[in-house]
Amino acid sequence: MKLEFDAITKRYGGHTVLDAITAQLEFPHVLALLGPSGGGKSTLLRVIGGLESPETGSLTIDGQRVPTGERSLRTFRSNIGTVFQSWNLFPHLDALANIMLPLTAVHGLAPEAARDRSLELLERLHLTGHAHKRPAELSGGQRQRVAIARAVAIHPRLLLLDEPTSALDPEMTAEVLEVIADLKSEGRTFILVTHAMNFARTVADQVAFLADGRIVEQGSAQTFFSAPQSETVQRFLAKVLKY
Amino acid sequence: MTRHQTINAVISVLLAAILLAAACFAILQALSWNWSGVWAYRQVFWQGWLNTIWISLAALALSIVLGLLAALGRRARYPALRWLSAAYVELIRGTPLLVQLLILFYVVADAVGLQNRYAAGILILSVFSGAYIAEIIRGGIESVGKSQLESARAIGLTRWQTYRHVIFPQAMRHILPPLAGQAASIIKDSSLLSVLGIEEFTLAAQQVNSATYSTLESYLPLAVGYLALTLPVSFLARRLEDKFRYET
Repeated sequence: MKLEFDAITKRYGGHTVLDAITAQLEFPHVLALLGPSGGGKSTLLRVIGGLESPETGSLTIDGQRVPTGERSLRTFRSNIGTVFQSWNLFPHLDALANIMLPLTAVHGLAPEAARDRSLELLERLHLTGHAHKRPAELSGGQRQRVAIARAVAIHPRLLLLDEPTSALDPEMTAEVLEVIADLKSEGRTFILVTHAMNFARTVADQVAFLADGRIVEQGSAQTFFSAPQSETVQRFLAKVLKY
Repeated sequence: MTRHQTINAVISVLLAAILLAAACFAILQALSWNWSGVWAYRQVFWQGWLNTIWISLAALALSIVLGLLAALGRRARYPALRWLSAAYVELIRGTPLLVQLLILFYVVADAVGLQNRYAAGILILSVFSGAYIAEIIRGGIESVGKSQLESARAIGLTRWQTYRHVIFPQAMRHILPPLAGQAASIIKDSSLLSVLGIEEFTLAAQQVNSATYSTLESYLPLAVGYLALTLPVSFLARRLEDKFRYET
């Protein structure tokens, strides 16, 4: 997959979150966006997912320009699977209905077909017994796996994972990371924002490092972690990998 | 004794005195109670009570529609709609129902040629109650978190689908309990329609009173008749509140 950013700028109030980002990111399957909090990685992910429109600049994905009008943006978003940090499941629907809703309401599947596909996914994510539980009855790790199932069920062209384990304890983190690693072995394409450095190192093909609204460094995961070029990244990695 | 305790004691004594006085008054009255005169008019009471029920039901249904429209209007894309909805809610909530009845009935309904006083009365009561229901619905809609709307956006739901699948089902738990309370208010407020000569429960009692000159015997059943309607509704409101409180 190839992403081309052309002078993407995004501001909130007076604060510039993305500062005229111009870059090309090419990766076979998995791109990790890393960097300090507030560096702009989540915002960049949201721009890629069409959830946020930049003030200026444009973005193409595999040569296709991300649209700007609400109607075409909606179609664009419906083909991208997004997983949020705090899962954002619908609390009034059980796990199964959460996964089925985009399939029936947006992608026009018949209820039976949507049901079959959702149950199959739940089984693959070891959630079969939880199909009829609402989010409040599930653990954090289970919720996030349901959220991943919801994002995967639509057969997205691209998956976006926004700090999927930041709100989880270590054990739940492990179960979610395992699912994400499985996504990679299934050959899915996804972009991951994470603070789990060791995981990023094993799962990502390509890494982009964001700080102060700019892409400071990018490269293959291997070179990024073993031989970082810029001083910012060197310092960051030294700090976060120390303990 | 602290100041707080003193105030409590004074209030208790006052309350006891008032209750005692009321009891004495009731006993004195009871000596000369004249139920037989009022009993002869039981049919008038009954008819008025039934009218109050269907008038309230009609006004409730209509005011839910109006309230929903106004609540959605306040969230509309077009500023004119937002402004119009806000003006409606604030104007109605800022003026007494009696004033609205007088103006809307004697000026507006008259001007547009609405002759049927029942239709006009129900309409005005609905317009009144609709403004309150609009705020109840708006509060319910706004109780749905931003992250939910974002999720709906992310999966590609349209605006209408977002309302249908995400907002309304979640807003219901915030809307239903106060809505039941509003239903009780409509029942009570419908008594004011008596000033338009609509033969609901209160007007019936007034008619019985002027025919029998038995004031308390006419108005006591009136209060009881309203309670018979509002208490179950309030009970329902409480039940709904409890039910939704534990279910997340």
